[in-house]
Amino acid sequence: MKRSLSKKIFDVVNAVFLGAVAIACLSVFIHVLALSLSENDAIVSNEVMLLPKGFNLESYRIILEDGRFWHAFGISIQRVILGIIVNMSIIILTAYPLSKTKQEFRFRNAYMIYFFITALFSGGIIAQFVLLNDLGLLNTVWSLVLPTAVPVFNIILMLNFYRHIPKEILESAEIDGASEIQKLIHIVIPLARPAIATVLLFTIVGHWNSWFDGLLFSTSIHSYPLQSYLQTVIIKMDFSQTGITDPDLIAMLSNISVKSAQIIIAMIPVLAVYPFVQRYFISGIVIGSVKE
Amino acid sequence: MPVVDSAKLRRRNRFRRTFPLHLMSLPAVLLCLVFCYAPMYGIVIAFQRFVPAKGLFGPQQWIGFTNFKNLFAYPRIWTYLTNTVQISFAKIVLSILVPLIFALLLNEVRKKWFKKSVQTIIYFPYFLSWIVFGGIVIDILSPSTGIVNNIIRLFGGEPIYFLGNPETIKGTIVWTDIFKTFGFNTIIYLAAITGVNPTLYEAAAIDGANRWQQTVHVTLPGIITIVALMAVLSMGNILNAGFEQVWNLINANVLSEAEILDTFIYRQGILANQYGLGAAVGLLKSLTSMVFIGVSYIIAYKFLDYRLF
Repeated sequence: MKRSLSKKIFDVVNAVFLGAVAIACLSVFIHVLALSLSENDAIVSNEVMLLPKGFNLESYRIILEDGRFWHAFGISIQRVILGIIVNMSIIILTAYPLSKTKQEFRFRNAYMIYFFITALFSGGIIAQFVLLNDLGLLNTVWSLVLPTAVPVFNIILMLNFYRHIPKEILESAEIDGASEIQKLIHIVIPLARPAIATVLLFTIVGHWNSWFDGLLFSTSIHSYPLQSYLQTVIIKMDFSQTGITDPDLIAMLSNISVKSAQIIIAMIPVLAVYPFVQRYFISGIVIGSVKE
Repeated sequence: MPVVDSAKLRRRNRFRRTFPLHLMSLPAVLLCLVFCYAPMYGIVIAFQRFVPAKGLFGPQQWIGFTNFKNLFAYPRIWTYLTNTVQISFAKIVLSILVPLIFALLLNEVRKKWFKKSVQTIIYFPYFLSWIVFGGIVIDILSPSTGIVNNIIRLFGGEPIYFLGNPETIKGTIVWTDIFKTFGFNTIIYLAAITGVNPTLYEAAAIDGANRWQQTVHVTLPGIITIVALMAVLSMGNILNAGFEQVWNLINANVLSEAEILDTFIYRQGILANQYGLGAAVGLLKSLTSMVFIGVSYIIAYKFLDYRLF
């Protein structure tokens, strides 16, 4: 079919528009990167756009030597690792019985309702705080992992994927005498790899990005994961808990270049998993959100 | 010889078969019981003069509906409710329209590398926390050094204090949220568009429909169910205007225009130690949300054939 002139014009305008939006999005991040590599004087006098002015790594050196930043970074790494272990075991294990039909597993709906209620209704942050206090878990990494140990929507995503596994494979395994646990380990898990990868990405990014629980369930800044720590020092610019009293040091840590460098470093783990997001994620969310 | 009780035998047999399935559910059941169901008892805080040190199940003093009375005597609570609904309603509408338009436009792009690059760039912000993204937003919107105001000045305009001016704060909250999430939602609609039966386009083309007519008469009807579904399901979130974002972007200047229920609960209920008051707001909000979510799921179930699980 011959493409008309108006179609050609549309194609060009469309490409220019989409390209401009993408460039605008990208340039925001390039701008922050440029800020982190620039001299603060140049930033304050508004000379930095997309290229660093007075290129230097001073801001990164300051952060590299800032023990508080790396302490919080370490807590975040801990919660991510522990969160992966706890969440992934629960998701993979719990989704299996829930993926059965009511005929195969009579209590399936009862369990489903039991879990789904927790997604609809919560006791609120005050009750959670007091409960963790009663259990002696405040200021521990467990307070960041256990309250979200059963992520209902990820379980639903996973069980919907399990259901796409052909019944015949599972039936023939059953005839060969495989138990439910053997079927899960040897058949379901290997076939569910794309869904597992998707949920794993959600888990990593979710744990890395959480900050409110850290703020809520820690009574001291020394137990904060990185995002909670950054919330305090770069969003609220509150240094009262950090033990820093030297006004020069506070001024240095709150200058725009150092703040930008902290933002960039906090972004690195997300950038590191992003290529994998590309590979698995799209198919994963599509299965999870758009079911036929 | 007693008669073999076949019903009993069958039951025992079935139990042996399903026992591993119960066992697999057990860890999640226990974790939910302790960390989700036990705190639900916390709704009683709304009826207590709550002292955290006494513990969740401790001997708290019961004061009936006093917390609720105090709440409704609170001068600004209706403003905060209005803010919440306005912000979240604008977010719901725009987070459907903007990604839908982008998905339709991206779908017209023939060059695969270009389509893919644009997608990759626009959905990146979705994966950042509101700390990182909020830090960037505060930075670029700063009235003195922000790049946005530098550009405004470049064109001879007056700098705007987006986050500090009561007149601009709501729009800023809504649009920065759209900026962070539109790329992600675009992918969902794009996937739906890809799922439209290609023979429908061929048939339309044979009937002489141009691209625009194909979009209006084939693509849009093909994805309208998913669009309606997203709209209906997001109505359940009408009281969630986005705590993580709003808490990081608002300051004392704009409270009257941008304080939402969730930030109020945190500010008064936790930071100002008025636990009972916070719990009262939380309870009313949860109950209302449950009605909204329930109705939205029923609509989705009945009219859009939606099955969550």
